[in-house]
Amino acid sequence: MNKKLTCIECPRGCVLSVDAENGKLVRLEGYECPKGEKYAIAEIENPTRILTSTVLTEGLFLKMIPVRTSDPIPKSDIKKAMSEIIKIRIKRSIRTGDVIIKDFLGSGADLIATRDCSV
Amino acid sequence: MAAAIAAHESGVKDILLLERDQYLGGILNQCIHTGFGIEYFKEVLTGPEYAQRFIKEIKKIPDIEISLKSFVVDLTRDKTLTFIKPGILEKVKARVLIMATGCREKTREMIHIAGTRPSGVFSAGLAQKLINIEGLLPGKRVVIAGSGDIGLIMARRFMLEGAEVRAVIEIEKKTRGLLRNVVQCIEDFEIPMYFNHRISKINGKDRVESVTAVKVDDDLNDIPGTDVRFDCDTVLISVGLIPENELIEMAGVQIDKKTNSPVSHELNKTSIPGLFVCGNSFKVYDIVDSVSLDSEIAGRLAAEYLRKKI
Repeated sequence: MNKKLTCIECPRGCVLSVDAENGKLVRLEGYECPKGEKYAIAEIENPTRILTSTVLTEGLFLKMIPVRTSDPIPKSDIKKAMSEIIKIRIKRSIRTGDVIIKDFLGSGADLIATRDCSV
Repeated sequence: MAAAIAAHESGVKDILLLERDQYLGGILNQCIHTGFGIEYFKEVLTGPEYAQRFIKEIKKIPDIEISLKSFVVDLTRDKTLTFIKPGILEKVKARVLIMATGCREKTREMIHIAGTRPSGVFSAGLAQKLINIEGLLPGKRVVIAGSGDIGLIMARRFMLEGAEVRAVIEIEKKTRGLLRNVVQCIEDFEIPMYFNHRISKINGKDRVESVTAVKVDDDLNDIPGTDVRFDCDTVLISVGLIPENELIEMAGVQIDKKTNSPVSHELNKTSIPGLFVCGNSFKVYDIVDSVSLDSEIAGRLAAEYLRKKI
C-alpha cells in the first residue's frame, strides 16, 4: 500500500512516500535526514508521539507544572496517559527534567517536568 | 535574554533587563509543546525547557541585572524609559536600547466576524495561557477560526483535555501553520478542517451557542447558500500576529503601518540610532530558534554602537 506522510520531526515538513506490507515499511522515498527515516518506520509500524501536558500543584509558586514524556509513547496510549496525568499533584519543589513518574504506563519513557518551580 | 547575553559577550558591562511578567521566558512558558530548539540546541525541547536554557545562562552573569514585574509605560527619543514595578515608578536612561516586546494576536474585530458579543470568544494564545498556566479549561465544544500554528496546537490541547474540537475553519486554500502541526494536532485527532471557509457569524446571547461558516470563492467573497452551522460554546481566533511596537512608536521610531514593524533596511535596526528591535517585535518569526539567533545579532549591534560612541 502506497501512502504519503508528512514528517513532523522538524519544521521543514518533508513529504515522505512510503510502501507498507503487512504493517512493515518496505520502501521509503522523500526523506532528507535520518530523523525522517526513523519517523517513517515508526509511523507505519508503531506510531508514537511525545505527549506534553500540565500537572496541578499544591502549595507551589506556579499552579501548573508543564510535563512531557521523555521519549515518544505509542499513540494508542495517549488517552490513558492523560487520565493518569490528571490525577497527579506536585507538592515539592521541582527542577526541569525531574522525573515525576518513572516508566510511565510501562512505556519505558518517564514523565518529566519541563519547568523549574519552588515552594 | 539572547540579546542581553550576546551584548555581554561582546563587552557590554552594565545591562538592565526589564520583564513585565513575574518570571523570565515570555510566551515560551505557555508553549508547553515540543518542537523548539532543533536548530539552536540541536535537540527537541518544549517552550519552558528552551526558556530555561537561557534563564540558567543569564543568571550566571552578574553584569546583567534582571528586574521582574517591571512594566515600561513610557519611552522617549533619548532612550529614557519609565517603568512601573509594584510600589515604584522608576526612570532609567539607556545609552543603547534593545526592544524585545514580541507580538500580539489579531482579534475577532480585525477579521470582521459579525454576530452577537457573547462570552466564549478567545484568541488562541489566551486559551493557551488559561489552560497551561492558569489550569482552566475555557470551553467544551470548540470551533477554531484560522489555522495559525497556535490554533492548531490548541486544537490538540483541547482534545487532550477532553473537550471536542468541532472544526478548524480557514479562509485560505491551505493552512497557514506548519505542516507538522496539521499532522500531529489535527489529523491525529481526526478534526475536520474546512478550507476556503470563513466564520460569517457568531451566535449566542450570554455564551457562544453556535457559529455560522460560509464558503468563499478565490477572491474571498462569500458564496451564497453555502452556510454551515456548528454548535459550540467556544470560538478561538488564530489568524496571525502583529508586532508590538507601541513604545518605540511613542519614542518617534518610524513604523510601517501595514505590518506594525519598524521601517528598516537592516535587521534589528530602527530609524533612531542606538535603538534596536529584535525577535517578533521586529518581524513575526515561525520558529523561536531564529528569534534567538537574530536577537544575538541585535546584542552584538548594540555593543558595536557603544564602542563607536566612546
